[in-house]
Amino acid sequence: MAPWNPRAEEMPPDELRRLQFKLVKSLVYRLYSFNDFYRRRMKEQQVHPDDIRTLEDVAKLPFMYKRDLRDGYPDKIFSAGRDELVRYHVSSGTTGKPTVVGYTEHDIENWSESLARGFSSCGLGRGDVMQVSYGYGLFTGGLGAHYGAERVGATVLPTSVGNTERQVELMQDLHVTAIACTPSYLLHMGEVAEKMGVSIKNDTELRIGFLGAEPWSEQMRTRIEEWLGIRAYDIYGTSELSGPMFTECAEQQGIHIWGDLALVEIVDPATGEVLEPGEQGELTITMLQKEALPMVRYRIGDLTALEEDACACGRTHPRIGRIRGRVDDMLIVRGINVFPSQVEHALLEIPEVGRHFQIVVDRKGALDSMLVRVEVSEEAFSDKITELMVIKRKVEHRLRGSLNVSVDAELVEPGSLPRFEGKSKKVVDRRSL
Amino acid sequence: MEKSYIVKQISIFSENRPGRLAAIAGALRDAKINIFAFSIAEADGFGVVRALVDRPEDAHRTLTDLGFRVSFTDVIGVKMRDEPGGLSDIASVLGDAGINIEYAYAYSGKDAAVLILRVDQIEDAVRQLLGHGGELLKTSLSQ
Repeated sequence: MAPWNPRAEEMPPDELRRLQFKLVKSLVYRLYSFNDFYRRRMKEQQVHPDDIRTLEDVAKLPFMYKRDLRDGYPDKIFSAGRDELVRYHVSSGTTGKPTVVGYTEHDIENWSESLARGFSSCGLGRGDVMQVSYGYGLFTGGLGAHYGAERVGATVLPTSVGNTERQVELMQDLHVTAIACTPSYLLHMGEVAEKMGVSIKNDTELRIGFLGAEPWSEQMRTRIEEWLGIRAYDIYGTSELSGPMFTECAEQQGIHIWGDLALVEIVDPATGEVLEPGEQGELTITMLQKEALPMVRYRIGDLTALEEDACACGRTHPRIGRIRGRVDDMLIVRGINVFPSQVEHALLEIPEVGRHFQIVVDRKGALDSMLVRVEVSEEAFSDKITELMVIKRKVEHRLRGSLNVSVDAELVEPGSLPRFEGKSKKVVDRRSL
Repeated sequence: MEKSYIVKQISIFSENRPGRLAAIAGALRDAKINIFAFSIAEADGFGVVRALVDRPEDAHRTLTDLGFRVSFTDVIGVKMRDEPGGLSDIASVLGDAGINIEYAYAYSGKDAAVLILRVDQIEDAVRQLLGHGGELLKTSLSQ
């Protein structure tokens, strides 16, 4: 597929590296001069902007972590003034405190540009109708995909998540050709369509899916492509990078990370040492042009590797392989990030149940389900079933409120939940992707 | 005086899965505690086992020591005529007095059938039933 921005996408590797160095240099000077948080970090690490003499010197810069955003809540580490911001997105944090991402006009511009390149590399363009079935709102998925698709001239159908029968009807009636959603939601949509007597493969014009926000596998890709008669592409991002940001191209050989927008490193999760292409490690990204919330060597927590060979599509930018897992205990349930610590935190505020818990994630049909087992406290135990049901519903309601995912609670006998065995037993993930 | 007719029932939280009742009953057997009556109320994934036993304090301690969540609940036991109309007599007395039955279970014993009741106004219920000639179990079932 023809590049959206040939000059950028087909830039010779040497020139791309020179551009990256220039961008890193100016980013670091800017942060050192104007961003108190990052200047302090650099001083702690005893590194000065003048120490960055080659692109490899980026390895001297301090890392950033999710907790930096949490500690900086809501906008303490922003580099732009409030009057320069055009948007906020907010994601749930690991301990109940959310993280806020701000965007300048230029940030939105680059976000849209990045997705426009990705979408067009898979053949999306004028004449296409893209159904955006990611959530719209504080979550970045909906609006991110929306802007990217409009940028390439596609018509956007902003359905958001839910009301699946209506989504299937609109897909047919409005000649939808592309969809952006989680892979599990697309499978669910396929099942709902079949119950309605609609075959997505034969009765709709859908031909492309941009699927992400949760891990999936090659087997799942094959199943989706064969069953629904589409080409399914991986899309990657996190709110800290802006949102969904990078996609595969039509070759389906890894996700292109646009080097003029982002510098990707794979580091050893334990030592922070930069790893060679082909080696599995933690994805670490420096956003080279982000203004409102600069991200330098941000440790995303996803495990992957850099692809070594050049892509047959002719684009020269680095590519990462499939996400193989997490360095922490983060779960992704229906596209939403969930940390066991959030559950722990929420339960502390419910005196009717103990602080021990177990999370069981499963996939019923196509959709994830999350069960949280809790023990009824001695004080709250009533022999009336109705009162116990009130406790159960309270737990479900509170967890839903803090996780943004619907949760089933199960009351279990005291002492039956794992105590000190660590995170491995606190989370049981029965999904096979 | 109403108090002497209030019986301590033990209520035990139980997960709804095979072997849980056996674990509870086994623990009571090992402690040589006799069960006069019991019932199981079940909900979504869990249940409550309710029992009248000869030594409620011992039963509570034994089961708590084994890790069960146990509580005492005040109930009353009313002897019923073991013939048509027996239940109706008692239910009518309580209904006419505006006393609500939260749950009930029954056993047919050696001398009479007994209805175990949890009601919202327990002392009222005792007065009403005695006033209408009802015969109630005494607090201490073993004596």
